[in-house]
Amino acid sequence: MPEAVRVQDLTRRFGDFTAVDRVSFDVGAGEIFGFLGPNGAGKTTTIKMLTALLRPTSGMAQVAGFDVATHPGEVKRRLGYMSQLFSLYPDLTVLENIELFAGLYGVRGARFAARRDWVLELAGLTDQSRRLTGQLALGWKQRLALGCAVLHEPPLLFLDEPTSGVDPISRRSFWDLIDGFAASGTTVLVSTHYMEEAEYCHRLAVMNRGRLIALDRPAALKQALREPILAVAVDDAPRALEALRGAPGVLEVTMYGRALHAMVEDPAAAERTIAARLAAAGQAARSILPIAPSLEDVFVAFVHRSGGMVAG
Amino acid sequence: MDARPHPPATPSAVTLTGLGRRFGDLVAVEGLAFEVAPGEFFGLVGPDGAGKTTTLRMLAGVLRPSAGDATVAGTSVARHPETVKRHIAYMPQRFGLYSDLSVRENIDFYADLYQVPRSERQARLERLYSFSGLGPFADRRAGQLSGGMKQKLSLCCCLIHEPRILLLDEPTFGVDPISRRDLWLIVHEMVARGVTVIASTAYLDEAERCDRVALLHRGRIVGLDRPATLQARLHGQVLAVRTDAPRRARDRLRAQPAVQQAVLFGDVVHVRLGAAARDWPAARRDLEADGIAVLEERAVEPSLEDVFIDLARARDEMPDAPSGPAPRAPAGGNTRA
Repeated sequence: MPEAVRVQDLTRRFGDFTAVDRVSFDVGAGEIFGFLGPNGAGKTTTIKMLTALLRPTSGMAQVAGFDVATHPGEVKRRLGYMSQLFSLYPDLTVLENIELFAGLYGVRGARFAARRDWVLELAGLTDQSRRLTGQLALGWKQRLALGCAVLHEPPLLFLDEPTSGVDPISRRSFWDLIDGFAASGTTVLVSTHYMEEAEYCHRLAVMNRGRLIALDRPAALKQALREPILAVAVDDAPRALEALRGAPGVLEVTMYGRALHAMVEDPAAAERTIAARLAAAGQAARSILPIAPSLEDVFVAFVHRSGGMVAG
Repeated sequence: MDARPHPPATPSAVTLTGLGRRFGDLVAVEGLAFEVAPGEFFGLVGPDGAGKTTTLRMLAGVLRPSAGDATVAGTSVARHPETVKRHIAYMPQRFGLYSDLSVRENIDFYADLYQVPRSERQARLERLYSFSGLGPFADRRAGQLSGGMKQKLSLCCCLIHEPRILLLDEPTFGVDPISRRDLWLIVHEMVARGVTVIASTAYLDEAERCDRVALLHRGRIVGLDRPATLQARLHGQVLAVRTDAPRRARDRLRAQPAVQQAVLFGDVVHVRLGAAARDWPAARRDLEADGIAVLEERAVEPSLEDVFIDLARARDEMPDAPSGPAPRAPAGGNTRA
């Protein structure tokens, strides 16, 4: 697969603060590539550099064959960008929004007519082109925003939490569309806080404190989680949590509903430690069972391992 | 895993009886009827526009119902909304924090508003600091906090008057996964202290934390139970199948009558099969006949998302279901464009 994105030792500093620290990765053409990370991890700064909105301090990033530092205009022309939060004007009609994007991207004449019809069809809004965009249900808006983002047929598409808040049926059909673009060679970069979106990616780059701390397929990341998770059923979760904090072999404990999820080094040893500690605190466990880690567990484990999240 | 009795055995903390709200011609929510027990952690789950915010605003006494009623701590929201407000804390999506005031000053402001006695303030503040982790940031201006910290501060402001009932409208919206866990930890602490919590979320994976959930779709409840019970009730099974040609595999599987859904996650297809596992060998043979190699297959638990899709589809196929785009409340307080 030819590389659509090549990143080598990419770094960005703001004064003394290093927002992105020597990050390297490649993304193949037609790949759906996700960025995961807490606030302050460097995700947004990385994406701003890849979209040629921000110059790197050092290192190199090539997008669709062009260097972002030396050819920002060429890079921008080859990008589509869609965010859940803003991109369409609610007080313009569907058609006016499409015209606006066509103007921005320089899509004119016969090509415009063809692309306009294509966007309307993609969004399922062919009969509703005169409706105010603000009156559409979220699932429809989303498809329209996607259509507008790829109106100029860019080889690269950036999605920022594209399906946050949408109903699951619309979300699944949205990702079907994205997959269709990827299948025809469009490279898709996704930034998200939500594991439900991250699961759709071919590969995930997990970032924390400016560094790339993991990069693999979602399934492989889950398998790579060395620390198993134990679900501990108790009667008084907060008191049990206090009893387990800092217990040897227990890396992290969190409350999950009325149970605790404990990330542990060695499940057999940890089970004994946990049972003993809880019994001593008068909070005997009703059951201790290993469970499969979720993508969120994986993410939290990687962030903890790389020094935790930046506070504030 | 659940310590609580299933249906509320004691007098309920919150009771909805045919609660509904219209905005002009638009039915935002309709016919909501359920009870929430004291100390229960109850989830209102559904996408944007399903009616979560409208419901919570009615329960908080800030929006009048146009049909039915609800009692909150024994008080009718239709008749005595002002009394209701004294028993609860309500955290809307845009909570009123003063960005120029410090963390401490914001909490003090709400303590004044709710007339928390001065003698009790320090102890409550210490407690809130200890489980929110906000202590080290007490003097920082609220405007300079991260999104996750702002939400924690909002929650602390809501909790300073120690309400018995807590209504949270999408408390984790836009919050990163680490801060999200911290927020839920605070909520779980409250639940463990006996506070009744009704929280809304659009994220089905979060809903699994709740004792019980109501799945809202287009203003109606399509399912209401414990998350595990809802999952167990889903017919059929889900297989995660990895092949050497994921897209072709998905398309072929979708054409199989025994396959209810085939969804591609990365290079893995999640296949929902009908009633019996015996359907899979035939589906697999069909893939192999097309030259697709199955590299890995394993059963996965159906997610709450699978459940939601099932119930929402069933609801949409009912004769009185609304058609076309889901209705949205124009004045429902939804902050997203």
